[in-house]
Amino acid sequence: MRKVLVGVKRVVDYAVRVRVSADKSGVELANTKMSMNPFCEIAVEEAIRLKEKGAAEEVVAVSIGPKQAQETLRSALAMGCDRAIHVQTDIRSDQGLNPLAIAQLLEKVVEKESPDLVIVGKQSIDGDHATTAPMLAELLGWSQATFAARLDVAADGASAEVERETDAGTEVVKLPLPAVISADLRLNTPRYPKLPNIMKAKKKPLEALEAADLGVDLAPTLVVTGVAPPPDRAAGVTVESVDDLVDKLKNEAAVI
Amino acid sequence: LKAICGTSTTPDVLARHGKDESYHPSVPPDVVAFPKSTADVSAVARLCHDRRVPLVPFGVGTSLEGHIQHPYGGVSLDLGSLDQMVSEFPDDMDCRAQAGMTRSAVNAALRHTGLEFTVDPGADATVGGMAACGASGTTAVRYGTMRDAVLGLTVVLADGSVIETGGRARKSSAGYDLTKLFVGSEGTLGIITEVALRLHPQPTAVAAATARFDDLDDAVAAVHAILLHGIPVARCELLDAPTLAAFNAYNKNDPAFRPQEVTPSLFLEFHGLSDAVLKEEADLALEACVDAGGRDVAWASDEAERHKLWAARHSTYYASCALKRDGKAIVTDACVPISKLAEVVRDTAADVEKMDVVGPIFGHAGDGNFHCILVYNDDDPPEYLERLHDVSARLIDRTLAAGGTCTGEHGVGSGKKKYVLRERGAAGVAAMAAVKHALDPQGIMNPGKVFDAPS
Repeated sequence: MRKVLVGVKRVVDYAVRVRVSADKSGVELANTKMSMNPFCEIAVEEAIRLKEKGAAEEVVAVSIGPKQAQETLRSALAMGCDRAIHVQTDIRSDQGLNPLAIAQLLEKVVEKESPDLVIVGKQSIDGDHATTAPMLAELLGWSQATFAARLDVAADGASAEVERETDAGTEVVKLPLPAVISADLRLNTPRYPKLPNIMKAKKKPLEALEAADLGVDLAPTLVVTGVAPPPDRAAGVTVESVDDLVDKLKNEAAVI
Repeated sequence: LKAICGTSTTPDVLARHGKDESYHPSVPPDVVAFPKSTADVSAVARLCHDRRVPLVPFGVGTSLEGHIQHPYGGVSLDLGSLDQMVSEFPDDMDCRAQAGMTRSAVNAALRHTGLEFTVDPGADATVGGMAACGASGTTAVRYGTMRDAVLGLTVVLADGSVIETGGRARKSSAGYDLTKLFVGSEGTLGIITEVALRLHPQPTAVAAATARFDDLDDAVAAVHAILLHGIPVARCELLDAPTLAAFNAYNKNDPAFRPQEVTPSLFLEFHGLSDAVLKEEADLALEACVDAGGRDVAWASDEAERHKLWAARHSTYYASCALKRDGKAIVTDACVPISKLAEVVRDTAADVEKMDVVGPIFGHAGDGNFHCILVYNDDDPPEYLERLHDVSARLIDRTLAAGGTCTGEHGVGSGKKKYVLRERGAAGVAAMAAVKHALDPQGIMNPGKVFDAPS
């Protein structure tokens, strides 16, 4: 394959204790640590491995978001991507910019770059929609394999075999390239860049485009009407006997 | 207390907070408090100060000398909710973490910076606990201990006042170095709520190797030679034959485990800027090993293999305890000048064999530090326990006579109090007592630990 395009999203870091904003309109993002979405890290790692195996010549990372998304792209470059594209928008990427708009913006990037394969994370840990990959494939008229746990690209670069996670186990699908793949947890364990690679990444090409200039309607079709934290955990009750426990399970918790 | 933060008096929760990873039994608190911030910790300290109630901070309970026992009851301050990274400064190679954050969580947070917090005591301890105990581990030979890694602290004092020690400048001569006072103070001078950590670049090139020896003496001689060559070895661990036998038995049900040869061995790790630099260091080190009588040198450059090697090394404590059913152990922690290591280890091993006790020996030979794990269980007759305690006592005598310390890294807690007086002398302990009295006049901060101060 000549080129692999990898989508990466800047999200609230998975270890951060998320807080809801005072007006309950969304999650508090100010002064909150942001990182590359964990499934996107796996997508980047897979693309780099394809290049290292000689199955791809170039890996291009793309991210849609505010100026700071460029930091996420620099991490992707440090991991080993060759070039990066930043699609700039200040619309909130966790709830303002909908997956359909994201898929349509990625479609424009695909038209510009003509990759042989697009790999993205299966879902982001903020929206958890898991719809961007399928919608992008549909818009492009390409094959898709979501929840990839294993990816093997044929030697002639014309097809790929993917083992996908399913509710019952896994299934293996074969698909022609170009295709859209979404990465699931078991696909690989991402490498983390060392300082020399982080320094080198600063010099790799990063192109910035304006989302508003790409001819995509960015207005949300899904609107978040309110965000609330989960209810506080109620204190547990110590029971005195097994009979007491069974009674509570039956009559209070209603689970037996 | 409830007006300040969550609390618990559930017996199992209390028991958990009075027991660490050592053989010392659980001595539980009267109540466990769960503060959510430095402000909460300060309020709890003020309350305990006003009511003269003992206060013991709790990380994850991996200490090894009964550090968190509550001989006078009181409050266990569980810092587990203070588990967030406060700030990261990759351009300055430092960060600030809340005390309840574990070291693996710190490194996970740093994953995209190319930097790491290098202190590795084996357990996934909290950085607050590691600072309070002056933790060390397998990487100290190259990267130093917590004493080198801590750049500053937020400490809540016995009366509830909050101080910041150290700072972001790499060095300062502005006043007494309070950071160094609190590091290793085991909760007896104040409660650490935030830790500023010096970070190091994750090494670009890493390789691990094992070397086998027929004689424990030869293995120690090899360590000494490696150091005297000026090779910056990153990890330099010694394991004796009984340790490897315990190791093999412990892991035998793991299908992926390859049994180790049961003979004195060195596990080494090298860090370098490039594979070329690494190869030069490693070749020189292995030459030193072979000259000392080493053989069967094997390499593990694959990351997964290296992780398995060190995970296995860190399981040696559990593997040793597993030599007896429901085994417990007195964990010794002798640290001597390296030129004395060979004789101290040799005499200890000989004593263990002569006294017919279970006592595998392994440790950070590169620091002159080794652990002889003296194993027993509740079925052992009293005279076995007496022999075990005698072996331990002679080990400490031997260590102090060689100019060493009775505890290189695990700290004093309750278990080693009696040795502090011997090691530091009456005037030394009196100076410590003066500091303790100045900072904790009521004696509420982890009472009964490190030394017996009059209160």
